[in-house]
Amino acid sequence: MSDLQDDILNEVTSREYKYGFVSDIDTETIPKGLNEDVVRLISKKKNEPEFMLEFRLKAFRHWQNMKAPKWAHLQIPEIDYQDIIYYAAPRLQAKYASLDEIDPELKATFDKLGIPLDEQKHLSGVAVDAVIDSISVKTTFKETLAELGIIFCSMSEAVQEYPDLVKKYLGTVVPYTDNYFAALNSAVFSDGSFCYIPKGVRCPMELSTYFRINAANSGQFERTLLIADDEAYVSYLEGCTAPMRDENQLHAAVVELIALERAEIKYSTVQNWYPGDKNGKGGIFNFVTKRGICKGNYSKISWTQVETGSAITWKYPSCILRGDNSVGEFYSVAVTNNHQQADTGTKMTHIGKNSRSRIVSKGISAGKSNNSYRGLVKVMKNAENSRNFSQCDSLLLGSKCGAHTFPYIEVENKSSMIEHEATTSKIGEDQIFYCNQRGISTEDAVGLIVNGYVREVINQLPMEFAVEAQKLLQISLEGSVG
Amino acid sequence: MLKIKNLRTAINGKEILKGIDLEVKPGEVHAIMGPNGSGKSTLASVLAGRDIYDILEGKVSFEGDDLLELAPEDRARKGIFLGFQYPIEIPGVSMASFLKTAVNEHRKFKGLAPLSASDFLKLMREKKELVEIDSNLTNRSVNEGFSGGEKKKNEIFQMALLEPRLSILDETDSGLDIDALRIVANGVNKLKNKDNATILITHYQRLLDYIVPDFVHVLYNGRIVKTGTKELALELEEKGYDWIKKEADMKLNGEEVKI
Repeated sequence: MSDLQDDILNEVTSREYKYGFVSDIDTETIPKGLNEDVVRLISKKKNEPEFMLEFRLKAFRHWQNMKAPKWAHLQIPEIDYQDIIYYAAPRLQAKYASLDEIDPELKATFDKLGIPLDEQKHLSGVAVDAVIDSISVKTTFKETLAELGIIFCSMSEAVQEYPDLVKKYLGTVVPYTDNYFAALNSAVFSDGSFCYIPKGVRCPMELSTYFRINAANSGQFERTLLIADDEAYVSYLEGCTAPMRDENQLHAAVVELIALERAEIKYSTVQNWYPGDKNGKGGIFNFVTKRGICKGNYSKISWTQVETGSAITWKYPSCILRGDNSVGEFYSVAVTNNHQQADTGTKMTHIGKNSRSRIVSKGISAGKSNNSYRGLVKVMKNAENSRNFSQCDSLLLGSKCGAHTFPYIEVENKSSMIEHEATTSKIGEDQIFYCNQRGISTEDAVGLIVNGYVREVINQLPMEFAVEAQKLLQISLEGSVG
Repeated sequence: MLKIKNLRTAINGKEILKGIDLEVKPGEVHAIMGPNGSGKSTLASVLAGRDIYDILEGKVSFEGDDLLELAPEDRARKGIFLGFQYPIEIPGVSMASFLKTAVNEHRKFKGLAPLSASDFLKLMREKKELVEIDSNLTNRSVNEGFSGGEKKKNEIFQMALLEPRLSILDETDSGLDIDALRIVANGVNKLKNKDNATILITHYQRLLDYIVPDFVHVLYNGRIVKTGTKELALELEEKGYDWIKKEADMKLNGEEVKI
């Protein structure tokens, strides 16, 4: 058995990353390095109003006095922030009005990634905002959505067209003072998606942003802002890939969600950034701050993430449950293989009465990777009768990987109830044998067992992405037996 | 169909099977009985390909193949089915998807196209009736939260779906109440035909009231020490194993003396 395991593990660890190609796109970049002039230059390139430049400069000045966080269970090599290109954009005249105007190479890139920019060709009702390097190149179904009053566009466009909304909400959930990477992002973010669902509107299609890093030596700093007004509903998905490169590339995004009274936001991520090669060379540093606020009573925010990529992941999608009877959810599958490291989890801050939160985290470690869950459940004084349930499971494949759980619980209210369950397991040889005895190969058996293990989380994803996520898991882990 | 010659196996250096000889022909039912620790379950596991045992000596051929050379999944695809004494739980994997994978692997091996979802559902419905199982069972995770009886019935249900050539049922009767025992036995009887064979491993004679064996073997201390017909099982029920043990020990000592 152990020989077979080694064979399969070897095969898995030598598997090629499918999205590692580089596109030959005419790209405009600014010189490497970061200083106030660069921040001004980015703002100028985007023709931003004064309040945005102010926001960026404040953030930049604050960032200069901060230090990178060291508390995560991660080995992060020293990052030279002066060696990064902070703005790289495919050369475009203006935002493309029709598909015919798009650089064929750019279109081919997205076709190759399976992201159709052509609305006609779209299988199901998914509107896409495609972001390559620093800018958004195309947003589909904008007109259809506009009929319902839904705004779905790139962040740059929102700053131009809806400055009041941006000004009102940007930085209210994740202030630039929040943490090192959020401050950096606030100073240099180049694009991202913006979405506003007006009162009482149920968004009829999945909204989705696809992030692609293409340019070398550049970082991607996108910013997403999503607002669901009273009684609105939206389901949103983001996906991401990057070319295989020997050097590490930095991705430091900020996502802010705002749910007003009785609004519901479902935010799903399938993260598949280049994880580096089997020796741990290259790969994306994925340092992301995602947070939502359930501002209104009876509002709900649900995060679902399937994290399979990146060399290092540092990410804690969180909910501030301000409204009474508000609900926060976090469903996560984090897979690490080879030398990947992930420190991921969530924060649930209960402020409103009867607020409820649910955390389901499923970690899978293989190869020589390290996978940590870090979560905070905080119940404030006035959050009467609030409830939390946390389930944190870890699955180990092989004997060289690690799984860690760091749950923090702070409760200041006596009527609240918190439950935490955690398990660590290996795939049992008896489970594999049982499958073998029914004619199922060891590799397929592992696939079945892993998919069973993550089912509760995968079930939260919109149907078509659930299938994708399942395939992705199979590819990431096929046959690595523990 | 199955020929076992002088099979000796050990686990952690301890010899369990000390030279088994057994031949099973199509259409036959063999019962293997014997006291605890005699090696009955080891024999079943070794035949199915569990790799925790070391094969010290011997040969096993199955339909002309050297069985011991085959991976467990290939043994299964060639028609060996093991009904587990303790069926394994696989959380989150529905019985339906587990069985669909298994059935289609078997079909692939035979060069057949995979079954469509609707054909598979039809097949499941048909086989469910055979073992009188709860129709919700296939929506549940593999063996998770199943009662003892459900687990055993589920094994027979899987056997019905996979239509093996040789079924080895390892104490499928243990822990069953009389109704469940009847259902399990009925299932086995209905699936029996002139081309397939069954090995029943059991402690108790009562299963043999329902499934009539052609041969009864007594396994003791790693060897088959006595072979008879249904009547042998009745005799064991009446007299226990002591007389067999005594007889076997004496024989063994006698043989050693001769050497």
